[in-house]
Amino acid sequence: MTDLASSDTQSAATVAETDDSAARLHRNLFIAIAVLLVVAPFVAYPVFVMKVLCFALFALAFNLLLGYGGLLSFGHAAYFGMASYVSAYTAKQWGLTPELAILLGTAVAAVLGLVFGALAIRRQGIYFAMITLALAQMAFFFSLQTPRFTGGEDGIQAVPRGKFLGLISLADDRALYWLVAAIFMGGLLLIYRIIHSPFGQVCKAIRDNEPRAISLGYRASQYKLAVFVLSAGLAGLAGATKAIVFQLASLTDVYWTMSGEVVLMTLVGGLGTVFGPIVGAAVIVAMQNYLAGLGSWVLVVQGVIFVACVLLFREGIVGVIAKWIKKPL
Amino acid sequence: MFELLGVPPQALFGQVLLGLINGSFYAILSLGLAVIFGLLNIINFAHGAQYMMGAFVAWMCLNYLGVNYWAALLIAPIAVGATGIVIERVFLARIAKYDHLYGLLLTFGLALIIQGLFRNYYGSSGLPYGIPPQLTGGQNLGFMFLPTYRGWVVVASLVVCLATWFVIEKTKLGSYLRAATENPTLTQAFGINVPLLVTLTYGFGVALAAFAGVLAAPIYAVNPNMGADLIIVVFAVVVIGGMGSIMGAIVTGFSLGLIEGLTKVFYPEASSTVIFIIMVLVLLVKPAGLFGRAA
Repeated sequence: MTDLASSDTQSAATVAETDDSAARLHRNLFIAIAVLLVVAPFVAYPVFVMKVLCFALFALAFNLLLGYGGLLSFGHAAYFGMASYVSAYTAKQWGLTPELAILLGTAVAAVLGLVFGALAIRRQGIYFAMITLALAQMAFFFSLQTPRFTGGEDGIQAVPRGKFLGLISLADDRALYWLVAAIFMGGLLLIYRIIHSPFGQVCKAIRDNEPRAISLGYRASQYKLAVFVLSAGLAGLAGATKAIVFQLASLTDVYWTMSGEVVLMTLVGGLGTVFGPIVGAAVIVAMQNYLAGLGSWVLVVQGVIFVACVLLFREGIVGVIAKWIKKPL
Repeated sequence: MFELLGVPPQALFGQVLLGLINGSFYAILSLGLAVIFGLLNIINFAHGAQYMMGAFVAWMCLNYLGVNYWAALLIAPIAVGATGIVIERVFLARIAKYDHLYGLLLTFGLALIIQGLFRNYYGSSGLPYGIPPQLTGGQNLGFMFLPTYRGWVVVASLVVCLATWFVIEKTKLGSYLRAATENPTLTQAFGINVPLLVTLTYGFGVALAAFAGVLAAPIYAVNPNMGADLIIVVFAVVVIGGMGSIMGAIVTGFSLGLIEGLTKVFYPEASSTVIFIIMVLVLLVKPAGLFGRAA
């Protein structure tokens, strides 16, 4: 599976000498992202930006597993969708404040990730992808068959945005935006920290050569499970936040097409790059907005992008830029 | 009327038959996936879409060309298999040297394209396709009523599955195929055109899916979404059986269909998830799959 993250490994040799400059570049990029986040709601429609941020976080979480754990999950909709249901349900039925609802959704996604991950890591490669997909389909059927919890085909609608910490009303898009921006930035920094921690280094070692990592004394399956749980939890954080933003949790969030979309976002942006999923999510969400009137053509366009990316553009947008400037992004 | 385990036998055998029919589709589709995986090392995500295409070609044959079911049973696999050959040559052959997961992503993209195109032109409500006149009606077997068409589906699938098994395990062509699966470089060195074999294998796997699609057309409405959810269940079947063995795929397919049918009788709520639950149990007990070789 090393090839999937080739852009990352290729640059591995140059990491040592450009480590300092890369770190400086990343710091500057983080500052740029923070500035963009502050400016964005004044120049763009805040709900659109929040949608991009939620999906960007989702794609970042997915990429953590694929790009750094080397595990292609085709069932990330399960964590995104179930967290979205939990946060919508608890905010609406239990009257939880939004931050508690989001935290609870995230926790449920992480627990689900623990269970599904423990099963899926028993197989590798293509089987891993099929198992995660099948388990996610199970979560979909669960959602379909428990309308008392999920609202069935209608989903959970009119979820109250509530008051942050019980004090600040989030009914206004701008107010909510700052919460979403903070969650996104927190998630991004956490993922960056994980990737560059000793834990992240071991994960990359296992991705590149599992038998060797095992022979060096690392318990590969525990590392895989840990990165799976982290990824599922962060995907859940994205889904739970999305439910509060759109005041809606529905079957779409937990269906396999959602799993496919997050794969596409990551692929377009650049597998195994830190910033790629953000770019990919922005591109795909913008495209969906523009093409919304075309009905099922969206599906065709997505399929064409998939095929084109795999055939011609495996590094993704950020991957190509990284190759260009010869620095890991 | 007597009862079996608290269930009227009519309902029980009816569901068993329905389970066997689903099992036939699982068997043919997982067989195709296994054959393709053996040689190309990719999971053909477009398999469900190609199954749907088979059903649509049968429908088009009847409604545009006036060609009947029996001819469609031959035409659809050939036509869809031909598109498979094109797909292999144009797309899959180009990415064969990269990570195999790219094959999964590529065929996933193709599945989206195919499904989206059919949904655009035919909507997603489903088109009716009548049972051929020779196979209408049914037999009363005493303990149950057997609709002729349903019986035919089970028999036809069984024959196709066993024929495939025979070709792969017992013929010279099959021995080339198995050799190429085991060691493509060495097989090529012996003068066998492996790239051609790969192309034909993909075409054949796709044709199997289309054949299943034609069989399914009179039972389920012809619908652009008919393969999308089915393929995920078939993935679970493949995980349960393991892709190492042709016979394993056939046996697993039929038995899981049967189990699903029985679940519909005794605990209907679980019928859509029972195969996934069995997958979980198999992963816990025998992670390599029932017929799989340990990775």
